[in-house]
Amino acid sequence: MTTTSAVISVRGLGKSFGKLEVLKGIDLDLMPGEVLGVIGPSGSGKSTLIRCLNMMEVPTAGEVRFQGRPVTPKFRGRGGAIGTGELRRKVGMVFQHFNLFPHLTVLGNITAGPTKVLGESRAEAEAHAMDLLGQVGLADKAKAYPAHLSGGQKQRVAIARSLAMRPEVLLLDEVTSALDPELVGEVLAVIRRLADTGMTMVLVTHEMGFAADVASRVLFMEGGRIAEEGSAEQILRNPTSERLRSFLSRFHS
Amino acid sequence: MTYHWDFYTVMQSFDLMLWGVWITFVYTLGSILIGIVVGAASCYARLSRFWWLRLISRSYQELFRCTPLLVQILWAYYALPMLLGISISNTTAGLLTLSLYVGSFYAEIFRGGILAVDKGQREASAAIGMSSVQSMRYIIMPQAIKNMLPAFINQSVIQLKNTSLLYAISIAELTYMTSVVTSESYRPLEAYSLAAVLYFAMLFPLTQIADHFERRMRRSD
Repeated sequence: MTTTSAVISVRGLGKSFGKLEVLKGIDLDLMPGEVLGVIGPSGSGKSTLIRCLNMMEVPTAGEVRFQGRPVTPKFRGRGGAIGTGELRRKVGMVFQHFNLFPHLTVLGNITAGPTKVLGESRAEAEAHAMDLLGQVGLADKAKAYPAHLSGGQKQRVAIARSLAMRPEVLLLDEVTSALDPELVGEVLAVIRRLADTGMTMVLVTHEMGFAADVASRVLFMEGGRIAEEGSAEQILRNPTSERLRSFLSRFHS
Repeated sequence: MTYHWDFYTVMQSFDLMLWGVWITFVYTLGSILIGIVVGAASCYARLSRFWWLRLISRSYQELFRCTPLLVQILWAYYALPMLLGISISNTTAGLLTLSLYVGSFYAEIFRGGILAVDKGQREASAAIGMSSVQSMRYIIMPQAIKNMLPAFINQSVIQLKNTSLLYAISIAELTYMTSVVTSESYRPLEAYSLAAVLYFAMLFPLTQIADHFERRMRRSD
């Protein structure tokens, strides 16, 4: 395995909540420009896995490396290790429930990270934010508060907020699961365009059609392990194992 | 029988009542400011991961919330000096007790306000690389303050009225000064009616200003 060129590499990753073992020894390499789809039944550990990649959950076993450097759960890394502060500047995350900051305008949400964390000037951050809002089709909502946006608009703002940090990897945790069906398309379109620009992404999703369309590689997780792994074509269109076939059949019915 | 209202004698001592207003104001503001510091510290201790800090903070809060303020004031002025073998002025005893009393309520108001902020907010701010201090300052606190404002104002309004209990240890706040004016003028009805009007005149504008700020903070809803 060419671990040296992987953006994120994971070895023997385990996570337990008390006695409940959610992840049981995950090995994974995420290559630059790759769009990795993660599918599986609920409780299979998909979300926990993606949340371990930016230390939102601290693993209880194994290790995560970012560009070859070991990741520590501390804010500041020491001795070559990368802390969560730096890691999360480079690895963005978009949440199922958007988690926009309700007391800030759309523009304020997007510029908070660049101005407070990256130390960009307000003018610089706002210009970049307006550019990003244009990309997600919400330039006219810059002054609006999150409470006045639809779910799909909120999620597009949340994506813009992550992109404002100029991340090298974007983690998307079931970003369409909380949306009304008719609003899913607008969010997927934004992700599709991101994939086309070569953004490295990990995508936990229940949208099988979308995963098939946009992911360059798909993991099927079950019981805290990677049960199957391969190209989207292989996993989603020609599943070999009975478990994966039965899982997928629930989405086709 | 019709009562013959006569404010003349009371109005002659109006400057005494105004002095009472001023002292009431000073004790209210002083105890609120100290109470905020004490309350914030106690709130922080309650949210700490050290059990003994939580225990100390919790004990303080329950002690002050579950005993009457008047008893606390009298205890601090009459009993505490005997216990410590030092003399405590009524100013110190009064200000200290009022501050610790209101602080115990503020602590829970602050804690409730912070805990009411969705945990996704902390995650989202962490996810863009904010430290816990930055997250607290830019994301959590602005929302928590909005949550806690109504209860905070309410408790502060009660606090101003609670200063009237300082009467018991002869502090020259409005209620005490009203009793002085009463004993000089023999006009208790006029004097206490005027005192009520003065309390109202102090508090009503404050509640209006508070409403205004609350409305402004709700712009983002």
